[in-house]
Amino acid sequence: MTTRLTALGRHRALDRIWGTPKGWRGTLQSVNHSDIGKRFILASFFFFAVGGVLAMLIRAQLATPNSAFVGPDIYNQLFTMHGSIMMFLFAIPMFEGLALYLLPKMLGSRDMAFPRLSAYGWWCYLFGGTILLVALALGVAPDGGWFMYPPLSSKPFTPGINSDVWLLGITFVEISAVAAAVEIVVSILKLRAPGMRLDRMPLFAWYLLVTALMMVAGFPPLILGSILLEAERAFDWPFFDPVRGGDPLLWQHLFWLFGHPEVYIIFLPAAGVVSTVLPVMARTQILGYGAIVAAILALGFLSFGLWVHHMFTTGIPHMALGFFSAASALVAIPTGVQIFAWIGTLWGGRPDVRLPMLYLLGFFVVFVLGGLTGVMLAVVPFDWQAHDSYFVVAHLHYVLVGGFIFPMLAGAYYWLPHFTGRARVLRLGEAAFWLIFIGFNLAFFLMHLTGLLGMPRRVYTYPDGIGWTWLNLLSSVGSFVMAFGFALFAIDVALQIFLARRAPRNPWGANTLEWAMATPAPAYNIASQPHVKSREPLVDDSELPVRLARGEGYLATPRNNWRETMAVDMVTGRTDFVAVVPGNTSLPIITAAVTGLFFLSLLFGFYWLALAPLAGVVLLGWRWAWTLGSHEDLGPLDAGRGEALPAHWEAREAPGWVGSLFLLGADATLGASLLFGYAFLWTIAPNWPPPELVAGGWPEASAALLGVALATLAAGRTTVAVLGGKLDKAKRMLLLAGTAQAVVIVALASLVLRHLPDPTIHAYGAACATLVAYAVLHAAIALMMALFVSRRIAAGYVSPARTLEPRVATLFTAFAGAATGLVLLALMLPVMLA
Amino acid sequence: MLGGSALISTLVAVLIVVAFVKRDSETRVSPKLWIGGFGLGFTSAVLMALLAYALVLGESTLPTPRDGTVAVAAEGRQWDWRFRQPGVSGEIATEGVLNIPVGVPVDVHITTQDVIHSFWVPQLAGKMDAIPGKTNVLRIEASLPGTYEGRCAEFCGIGHAGNVFRVVAHDADGWAAFQRSEPR
Repeated sequence: MTTRLTALGRHRALDRIWGTPKGWRGTLQSVNHSDIGKRFILASFFFFAVGGVLAMLIRAQLATPNSAFVGPDIYNQLFTMHGSIMMFLFAIPMFEGLALYLLPKMLGSRDMAFPRLSAYGWWCYLFGGTILLVALALGVAPDGGWFMYPPLSSKPFTPGINSDVWLLGITFVEISAVAAAVEIVVSILKLRAPGMRLDRMPLFAWYLLVTALMMVAGFPPLILGSILLEAERAFDWPFFDPVRGGDPLLWQHLFWLFGHPEVYIIFLPAAGVVSTVLPVMARTQILGYGAIVAAILALGFLSFGLWVHHMFTTGIPHMALGFFSAASALVAIPTGVQIFAWIGTLWGGRPDVRLPMLYLLGFFVVFVLGGLTGVMLAVVPFDWQAHDSYFVVAHLHYVLVGGFIFPMLAGAYYWLPHFTGRARVLRLGEAAFWLIFIGFNLAFFLMHLTGLLGMPRRVYTYPDGIGWTWLNLLSSVGSFVMAFGFALFAIDVALQIFLARRAPRNPWGANTLEWAMATPAPAYNIASQPHVKSREPLVDDSELPVRLARGEGYLATPRNNWRETMAVDMVTGRTDFVAVVPGNTSLPIITAAVTGLFFLSLLFGFYWLALAPLAGVVLLGWRWAWTLGSHEDLGPLDAGRGEALPAHWEAREAPGWVGSLFLLGADATLGASLLFGYAFLWTIAPNWPPPELVAGGWPEASAALLGVALATLAAGRTTVAVLGGKLDKAKRMLLLAGTAQAVVIVALASLVLRHLPDPTIHAYGAACATLVAYAVLHAAIALMMALFVSRRIAAGYVSPARTLEPRVATLFTAFAGAATGLVLLALMLPVMLA
Repeated sequence: MLGGSALISTLVAVLIVVAFVKRDSETRVSPKLWIGGFGLGFTSAVLMALLAYALVLGESTLPTPRDGTVAVAAEGRQWDWRFRQPGVSGEIATEGVLNIPVGVPVDVHITTQDVIHSFWVPQLAGKMDAIPGKTNVLRIEASLPGTYEGRCAEFCGIGHAGNVFRVVAHDADGWAAFQRSEPR
């Protein structure tokens, strides 16, 4: 390092680079992970309050028989929005916020891999959530249940805008979720403190890694389902209409293919909190780190194999039900492993009932009961009876409140000193716990009985004199007691934020790296990054926080006004390169706003107008990518501790590369779900495809196939040329690739217009048109990428050392080629068989 | 199932309480016992037993073809149920009331005219969905004559709460009388 900085000088220098400007500019432009994380947490808590108020209205209505408090039209909106808000606007964003805030700190890093993407995700979430809230305020909120089963949610039975609000608003929010998932995966795999091997990561990071991977694979089926249902509503493409070759069960498969993993996507981060907080409360280490990691991986894997247990009553053959019943029971084993690992940890330590531990005890009681009723429901004959009754309402609240809310409350009290730098004043947290715990059990334990007495879900009222009256009244009382508990919690947190005295650093005596920094954390987290030698860096070296502040770690001296953080080999944690992440910018909020305009145009049915914001998103995306990179090869840079490493644009495994891989993973799941839908309808629906609709199209199909082959070849040659320093040849190859993609687009368009059937007369035509749209979209993006890389070469951003952009373009072109090939195979198969 | 659940909950609760109460610090905990024994062994054993029981029970409730069953057609719509079945002098159609004989397995062939509904008579059997474009079969059987409340169990719109019907189980005489009723 050229100059020696004092700790204070280093703080000032880093703070100038990483800090968020005061006032509105900072609010709109900040991409800092702590800012964005806190916003996600606060906003999702606000949505939790909204969802809670809806729940209280529901309970007010059901408190007495034949109540006239709200009618069925309002009631249907209430329970639909309660479920949708709690799932999509509370649970997912809450843990995303916690992950954004905590992950870099726990991993000894300074930021997430794609800060602008976090900010974009935040604004998408805010705008999408606002659309749903406005619809609720105007009384046109979705009213078809959070599961939106067609044909009830289709145009003939829900002619209003209600279903569109759900399909478009939720999809908008899901963009944010997929963006966050890719970012979480890349940040965990690449941006850790040097020396932190995978098996030295805090368990919390393992939980989030698996959760994020599940989101990458689990959200695309729902996004696809929403696109198909919206296409049916908007353009009369009959995917779910059995009269025209569709099947309403296709929606249920796509929905639950997402919906069941979703439950574990919500549970796993909360379990991560348990695995983090519980050992600290017991003053020991977690028992069975390896077994827990194995259990998390098993859970993530198994959770994709049991979606059909939401469909036990749809008339699926009993053999198949047996398989999914077994899988549903099997998934309880890794959960059991974790539960007993936690209890074993308590046995091995000296646990104290401090406030976070109190909430964890609540978690144990509630979650174990929810798990047991879950196993009961996995039993098919029992499910036939309890399905869609209040027994299931009780079960799912025990699982979700037990498996998410209680751990999150424990986490809230555990990490509040980290957020605020303050200690608690009053002992409101204990009172809040008892109100929530007693209120919850009063409200929901009784619902098991109500359900067994035959009360179905989603009825806005019920008659007197059939034994449901007093149970419902007590449930309502319990729910209000619980609501008071949450209000008390909110007051307690507010007091701690605004009034309490300063807390000492690391008040719990924890051993993970988020406690190795000042609290509240500075924008850059840590003044220099540690070299991690074990799972407990703060036990190895209790002086670590001071030494990091003195600059004895990596990247202690800021340079070039860059936001720098270390990147490591994914598995071994050896130093790999220096990642330079982008700073504050208005691009995320502008892009999110334009994305929002796109969804609003669709919502109000201005389909042609929607093309304008779409073009805007393309331009902004171009701008987004253009601002990165470097004009010159810098070679190895001083990274501190005697190491010299390249900047990320000169590295093979740059975050952009790894991110592209996982984004394509999500894309592949979307494409696979589409092919699944096509194959599903083909095998299930009768007379599919109708022979009279199957036409030729070989010339177009051949031209398209030739086009993607040529484009893939040319893109491959581009990277080779760049590596060999032949930039002019690379540009020629890109021109060839781009032209070939244009040919693909024209050929596919001609295939649709001249040969494929009208998408409105039969689901076969609709499915074909969707497949072609998928291929055309990919060809268009690949074309833009070829153009982009060509311009970047001309502007001097590419060299044999700086190959990231050509490599990403090549990768995407190859993916698009494979996808188009599969689409063509699916399209031409009926022609071949005819 | 209920008893087993109560037992398991108690076990877990006791294990947790003991962890807090015992004050001999530094217990040697064996990962083998906690993760292998409790986590894997205990959980798997309970689940396998339950699963085997469930499959056998599930198989026995299936509408497998056999002699002496009665077939009826049930059609759901927004927001009532209509039933059709063969009578002595032709098909008998009823609205809101399903007539069945006592002590005889009845196969209900369930369809829908519009959205998804679900046929549920809690006292007689589990539920089965009515799905557009499909016919699902549910076997029900009443052991005592009388009237049973039935209802739609799948959310089907504004009128879902009022989408109810009755099942009347007749003794032999009543059943014979019903079958002689005029076709409608």
